[in-house]
Amino acid sequence: MFTYVFRRSTQSMAAVVALLVLVFFLARLTGDPAYLYLPLDSTEAQRQAFNELNGFDDPIYIQFFRYLGDLAQLDFGTALSRNRPAMEVTLEAFPETLKLATIAMALALFAAAVVGSLAAARPGGVFDRLATTISLAGASAPDFWVAIVAILVFAVSLGLLPTSGTGSALHWIMPIGVLMLRPFGLLTQVVRGSMMGVLSQPYIKTARAKGVARRRIIFVHALRNALLPVITVAGDLMASLVNGAVVVETIFGWPGIGKLMIDAIVRRDFALIQSTVLVTAVAIFVMNIVIDLIYAAVDPRIRHQQT
Amino acid sequence: MDKAEGASGPKPKRPAGPLRLVFRDPLAACAVVFLIFIALCALVGPVVIGDLATTPNFRARNLAPFDASMGPAYFLGADTLGRSLAARLVVGAQNTLGIAAAAVMCSLFLGGTLGLVAGYARGIGSTLILRLADVIMSFPSLLLALIVLYSLGPSIPNLILVLAITRIPIYLRTMRAEVLEVRERMFVGAATALGASHARIVFRHIAPVVIPTMLTIGAIDFATVVLAESSLSFLGLGIQSPEFTWGSMVATGRGYLSTAWWVAFWPGLMILLTTLSLNILSSWWRTYADPHQRWRLELPRRLRRRIQK
Repeated sequence: MFTYVFRRSTQSMAAVVALLVLVFFLARLTGDPAYLYLPLDSTEAQRQAFNELNGFDDPIYIQFFRYLGDLAQLDFGTALSRNRPAMEVTLEAFPETLKLATIAMALALFAAAVVGSLAAARPGGVFDRLATTISLAGASAPDFWVAIVAILVFAVSLGLLPTSGTGSALHWIMPIGVLMLRPFGLLTQVVRGSMMGVLSQPYIKTARAKGVARRRIIFVHALRNALLPVITVAGDLMASLVNGAVVVETIFGWPGIGKLMIDAIVRRDFALIQSTVLVTAVAIFVMNIVIDLIYAAVDPRIRHQQT
Repeated sequence: MDKAEGASGPKPKRPAGPLRLVFRDPLAACAVVFLIFIALCALVGPVVIGDLATTPNFRARNLAPFDASMGPAYFLGADTLGRSLAARLVVGAQNTLGIAAAAVMCSLFLGGTLGLVAGYARGIGSTLILRLADVIMSFPSLLLALIVLYSLGPSIPNLILVLAITRIPIYLRTMRAEVLEVRERMFVGAATALGASHARIVFRHIAPVVIPTMLTIGAIDFATVVLAESSLSFLGLGIQSPEFTWGSMVATGRGYLSTAWWVAFWPGLMILLTTLSLNILSSWWRTYADPHQRWRLELPRRLRRRIQK
């Protein structure tokens, strides 16, 4: 088990490093930051001085080695757009996204487990057709549009919820609702599919023959086994949840890492781009290992294979 | 419903083909009809009403939908410059679907070729290609696309390229897995024994077997690419004006939500309906292609209900 986790971590670590290298060079392709940070009428000499001060005038490979050296000392550079250490800014924003994503994912998992199981209990029935259509719609809906329509209905027309920002509990409703839509749609289909497979197995027939109540068969006997593939898919979805978070945070003005990253990209804030990418990549990497461990804990067969 | 039952008859002699079966499922039938309609709009529409999409008409400024005063071209309303939304949706359909189709084809070709190499060659090159796919997969695709697009500069070819790059791992991995299996089959061994070159084995013997699977995945992936393109254009790093897609139309309309909701509403609805139809069809296709599930589609409705009890 631990050799497996170790092998997997080294592989993912290599991916994180490759990603950082890629982002380092890509970010520097965007152009000269001096034009964005100095006033329009700044002289060539001023721009030169600005670049010298921030080390942008060195050849790119020297900048790269300096970046690696700083990384080794846990120095992540200064976020030019805010004049603060980049990692400090990033770590302030990260928990906001984490909270949003965790709640959205937990709610999506719970809702998907209930709806998907009930749909699989009677395939082709009215509830199944309804649940399938709704989950497909959830998986296909453009999240930015759903967010805008939600603002239009709940904030502008009805005046029930605030349009954007943070503060009260009401501020959480729309961002979470929009963010959980796609995971809910996809997970419901996975639960339904794997539940249908499990329900056709002999041990379910035995339980039914014993006279166990239908509800108990579905939610106690079958769901535990049906959740295995769901965990894998939920893990894959965590990365795409960050995609949703970017859109949701931009629309609802949520001070999370997605919004921070967009700001950093648009403002050519190299240090901030790199630190947000690093934190996101490491978070996803840790998440994947946790999911592997959960998977092994839930399914004894995997534990045996790996040892 | 009655018609569907009548068409199948009491005792079908031969199994019904996919086309007849699709029209027996009302939801899938709606999806097919809608997709054909959208495809026709995208292909023919711009020629017919393309001019209206760019001509401002100040008498129609912020015209509400379903207002017949300006004629049928304005039945979905008009934007702040009085341009017909229906016409803009049609032109947007061409851009949206065109970009998505090009991106799917690019990633199909690139991912397929890389997967073919990775599966056939093994060795260092193969490992390198797989690790590359890991890097792309390990990071949120939208963020990767944003970074790449911002550094290359937003333009339609770059947009297509970026969308293609983020989807490559899916084709690459599937292709590799398929090739690993197919290359062990008897006919490949026979071709090797007869002295066929590597290129001949790959392109004449292995590729034809795996290409249908790849095309299916491409069709299923199309909806995801449409959504990705819309998100990028919505965030302002996708298509740039004066060109527009449905995603950028939503972004434009976002500023006028309280005065003219329809400017942002219709394009988003079109995205939703298109991707929903594609997903309904692909979910139907999964049932159809699965021999254990197919009977669900082939049974007449009345029988289906009885079995569930």
